[in-house]
Amino acid sequence: MTEGDIREEILDILESIAPDEDLTQIDDGVNFRDQLELDSMDFLDIVMELRKRHRIQIPEDDYVQLASMKSTVTFLEPLMKDIERV
Amino acid sequence: MYDTIIIGAGMSGLAAGIRLAYFEQRVCILERHTTIGGLNSFYRMRGRDYDVGLHALTNITPRGTKRGPLARLLKQLRLTRDELQIAPQLGSEVVFPGVRLRFSNDFELLRAEIAREFPQQIDNFERVVSEIVEYDDLDESHQAVSARQKLGEIISEPLLIEMFFCPLMFYGSAREHDMDWGQFSIMFRSIFMEGLGRPYAGVRLILKHLVRKFRGLGGELKLRSGVERLAVEGGRVCGVVLDSGEELRADRVLSSAGWLETMRMCDDGQPVSHRGAGQLSFCETIATLDVQPEKIGHRSTITFFNDSKKFSWKKPDEPCDVHSGVICSPNNFDYGGQRLEEGTMRITALANFDYWNDLSEYDYEMEKLRWYDRITDSGVRFVPDYRHRVIDTDMFTPATVVRFTGHEGGAIYGTPEKQFDGRTHLDNLFVCGTDQGFVGIVGSIVSGISMANRHCLKG
Repeated sequence: MTEGDIREEILDILESIAPDEDLTQIDDGVNFRDQLELDSMDFLDIVMELRKRHRIQIPEDDYVQLASMKSTVTFLEPLMKDIERV
Repeated sequence: MYDTIIIGAGMSGLAAGIRLAYFEQRVCILERHTTIGGLNSFYRMRGRDYDVGLHALTNITPRGTKRGPLARLLKQLRLTRDELQIAPQLGSEVVFPGVRLRFSNDFELLRAEIAREFPQQIDNFERVVSEIVEYDDLDESHQAVSARQKLGEIISEPLLIEMFFCPLMFYGSAREHDMDWGQFSIMFRSIFMEGLGRPYAGVRLILKHLVRKFRGLGGELKLRSGVERLAVEGGRVCGVVLDSGEELRADRVLSSAGWLETMRMCDDGQPVSHRGAGQLSFCETIATLDVQPEKIGHRSTITFFNDSKKFSWKKPDEPCDVHSGVICSPNNFDYGGQRLEEGTMRITALANFDYWNDLSEYDYEMEKLRWYDRITDSGVRFVPDYRHRVIDTDMFTPATVVRFTGHEGGAIYGTPEKQFDGRTHLDNLFVCGTDQGFVGIVGSIVSGISMANRHCLKG
């Protein structure tokens, strides 16, 4: 997956977790928490969805890397670059 | 071999099961009773459907609200608001001698009522509200501050304090006389600031969605499968032994059976940590009417009443305490043009478990009839008299609560000492549901979700 693909996948996950949020206006450099109504349970879901969909294990200490879209994509790129986009 | 075994197919167990099955765990929910729901179950008798626990769902925020327990549980269970078909209340009230405070899902009504009935207290009331708003319900410290003490410092009219306690204790205090400030804040928000609602089809609808979702994700549900004991080896649960003798193995167990009840299941000889069993139980009368309640002048959804200025919240010495109660009419929700076929009036009153438990079968039936009348006679002092329109009745007692929940002493809200972190003396045994800390339907579901997330999903 390219960084663009990973970004699309994260958007898809956010869509399933928080269907009422408007995701079209997301600013990649701003923390999710500051622009979406996400709580700690939602962040757990991002991690769990990645595990379910792509078998990626993210240790709890690394959850902080998922703060914004930019940091998430940067963090996931080495983990997901070999995954084929479905 | 399962990843997680869940004990109890009530709201919390089913919610936890959905979370785990959604993330591909092998999950099995074991339920001793012949049906699901636990305290919030249902039954059918003489051709009529009855709900056991549910009067109303709390935490009913307007559609599109992104915060709060209801929004959280919908997101976490991947349910939509439409699936639950929640109809808002028409309006409820707290009635004490000479004072009636109405409230609805619009908090401004309660504000206006307090300004009218207690004009001297309105500023103090606003101070209480701002403290309640600030209280963080995910904060574990759960300030074990006395709500009585805290309110007494701010509000100088004791009657108003009693009028807050009456509904909040009836809908969720396991502790006699007082509540923790944290629990008070959570309950105050969920009932007064968010609101009440009910699905047209009652609790069945909620349970149906939860079970369908759980099974659709591959979860297993076994009814008539009581857990006789938990097999413990080297500080860990390695499996459960059912009443039938069958053994099931699992990496971890999440129990909604109650704290004491779960501790007693452990076969490791560990002394059951002393924790007071809950003392508070209920009787409830259920009357079916040949008329819609509004036709006889009753429009209130829930009426909380108390017949003196001081509200008593303790196990009564009498079989039932008829001085106070909760009158609920499931007809009085806004079902958007639909209406329930028959009128229903339910009255809940505090009851003494030991009395009801010790009766012979014959006396039990007689006492049910006797106390049905006493509770109803008490209730109709506060709502229009409906006794001449009754076409069918039923009544549940603390013994019924035991049958549906398995809670020792018929403790409706479990033990007063909650286990907020859900942990036990064993590494892979956790508790959820009533004794973890949250009560009510929404609270139980959130409990199941948060304990599943915290103890069963991570790692």
